[in-house]
Amino acid sequence: MLNFSLSDEQLALRDMVRKFVQQEIIPNAAKYDETSEFPREVINKAWEAGLMNIAIPEKFGGLGLGVLGDVIINEEMGAGCLGMTTSIAVNTLGLYPILLGGTDAQIEEFVVPFLSSPKLASFCLTEPGSGSDAGSLSTMAREEGDHFVINGSKMWITNAGHADLFTVFCSTNKELKTKGIICLAVPANLPGISLGKHENKLGQRCSDTRSITFENVKVPKSNLIGKMGEGFKIAMRTLDRTRTPIAAGAVGAARAAMNYSKNYAKERKQFGQPIANFQAIQFMLADMAVKIETARLLCYNAAWLIDNGQDEQGGYFSALAKRHSADMAMEVATDAVQIYGGYGYTKEYPVEKIMRDVKLVQIYEGTSQIQRVVIARHLLKD
Amino acid sequence: MNIIVLIKQVPDTETKVRITADKRGIETNDIKWVINPYDEFAIEEGLKTKERLKEGLVSVVTVGPDRTVEALRTAVAMGADNAIHVKTESVLDTYLVAKALAEVCKKENANIIFTGKQAIDDDQAATFGYVAELLQFPSASVVVKCDISPDKSKATVEQEGDGGAKNVIETSLPAVLAVNKGINTPRYASLPGIMKAKKKEIKTYTLTDLGLGAENSKTIDSDYQLPPERAAGKKLQGDASAQAKELVRLLREEAKVI
Repeated sequence: MLNFSLSDEQLALRDMVRKFVQQEIIPNAAKYDETSEFPREVINKAWEAGLMNIAIPEKFGGLGLGVLGDVIINEEMGAGCLGMTTSIAVNTLGLYPILLGGTDAQIEEFVVPFLSSPKLASFCLTEPGSGSDAGSLSTMAREEGDHFVINGSKMWITNAGHADLFTVFCSTNKELKTKGIICLAVPANLPGISLGKHENKLGQRCSDTRSITFENVKVPKSNLIGKMGEGFKIAMRTLDRTRTPIAAGAVGAARAAMNYSKNYAKERKQFGQPIANFQAIQFMLADMAVKIETARLLCYNAAWLIDNGQDEQGGYFSALAKRHSADMAMEVATDAVQIYGGYGYTKEYPVEKIMRDVKLVQIYEGTSQIQRVVIARHLLKD
Repeated sequence: MNIIVLIKQVPDTETKVRITADKRGIETNDIKWVINPYDEFAIEEGLKTKERLKEGLVSVVTVGPDRTVEALRTAVAMGADNAIHVKTESVLDTYLVAKALAEVCKKENANIIFTGKQAIDDDQAATFGYVAELLQFPSASVVVKCDISPDKSKATVEQEGDGGAKNVIETSLPAVLAVNKGINTPRYASLPGIMKAKKKEIKTYTLTDLGLGAENSKTIDSDYQLPPERAAGKKLQGDASAQAKELVRLLREEAKVI
């Protein structure tokens, strides 16, 4: 049986987020883009509306909503501002390692407090010398009595400057490669943690992006998430769940770009008529619609697979969704700027920002090239 | 304290209105329905009143077909405790709607009733007055502030008048208060609220349950018409001084604004 309809509850969620985006995100998007100020106020409102941390299971007082919930939220938020979407959504990335690998007691200690105040969590995997080759990380965790001692640096960490909790991936033995990686829950106020400056980015300028340096940071062994050597697996299972919502953010951004350029094409007159009358413009709009609709279907399919316990197939589909959504959003945004012509290249109109913002989706949470590696590996494995 | 909020589901403000062939209503097929924006302020005021008093139950009531349950669920998702649906597939006039609402208010022993000052679909601004009259309660409209006395026997209400004038009145309770924009900022239906609202049991009455089975509407809408299309603008000709003279003449003689 095939059914493409969302439930009443999911539709209510979508409508609520859409309203939130109209009232809180769109009116502030250009300002935060210009200043690259952290959108703390909007994040707090998103938290109050219950749009953050939705994956926390019901038995811990959360909603226990799956990936599809995040997909719906992110598409709507992405249509408003991808920078704010990233800042709001990254808690999911920061907390999933604990939800997936942690004990009940660890979830109580580290995750449940996120339900009672708008705290932020950051996911610390990438390093200056370890990006797509995530398994090659060199941040080390040394065992010392009842503690681990962390030394090393992390790079491009979202919300790092405002986070209360870091989930940090470190190696205990580089020779073991990925089997030597562990995951630690690290409260942000531990001594020895220092933050780099907020990076001055091309797009998604308001999402806080920094490096973090750990210098002899002592973390109790009780903060080990999962077993020794399970860190890499936990990171990959986390990314299987967050890749699709990230892709959905790109779908939302592309949808906004299409709507803006569609409306503009109906108003802008050249050669005595609206440019929407010209087939060259019509074809661009039609291609945008095809790309956006196929990307959304891939996102829904990937989310459905993960939410229904089909992790392996879900991981594969999340790579398909991320590769297609990120790349198509970049194409759609570029065409949207083209339809606007010279006006689209200025900050007076919203499409240049979308073009700058979606570029990052081709890079973060696994580049479009890494998604292809994942897809090809799956195709060729037997 | 029983806080009752009367709400109406109306077409979204961006709806393209089309009139039915018999001219007695509008095509409702492709309409996106929302809670009347003034009623959203009323819901928020109901919730705020409960929070300020630290006690009470907020019940939202609406009259209409099955689709109106969605408006009730949204109100529950915002935080209302109870939802009451007067279910009818017939088109009722304001009199009959008000009568149904008044009957529910009696059943619920209303201590204070909030509603929007008007609905944005027909803009009649009539329901609050009808309900107050039927219940023999005092009423006030265009309310922008409401303070309830500690003993909950009366309310001090600020009304907005023309040109920014304010009128402060004191009323005994129960009363019907029709609120205006600006009284508060309605909260979002939260995601946990939406989940809770889905499972919420909605109390349903028919008109017969409310003793209104034999009642008929007193008015019938018979000839809906779209507003006339806006005429094209006027472009003034001539040099600057001729244009200025003509503009002043038009403002004085046609627009009658100077």
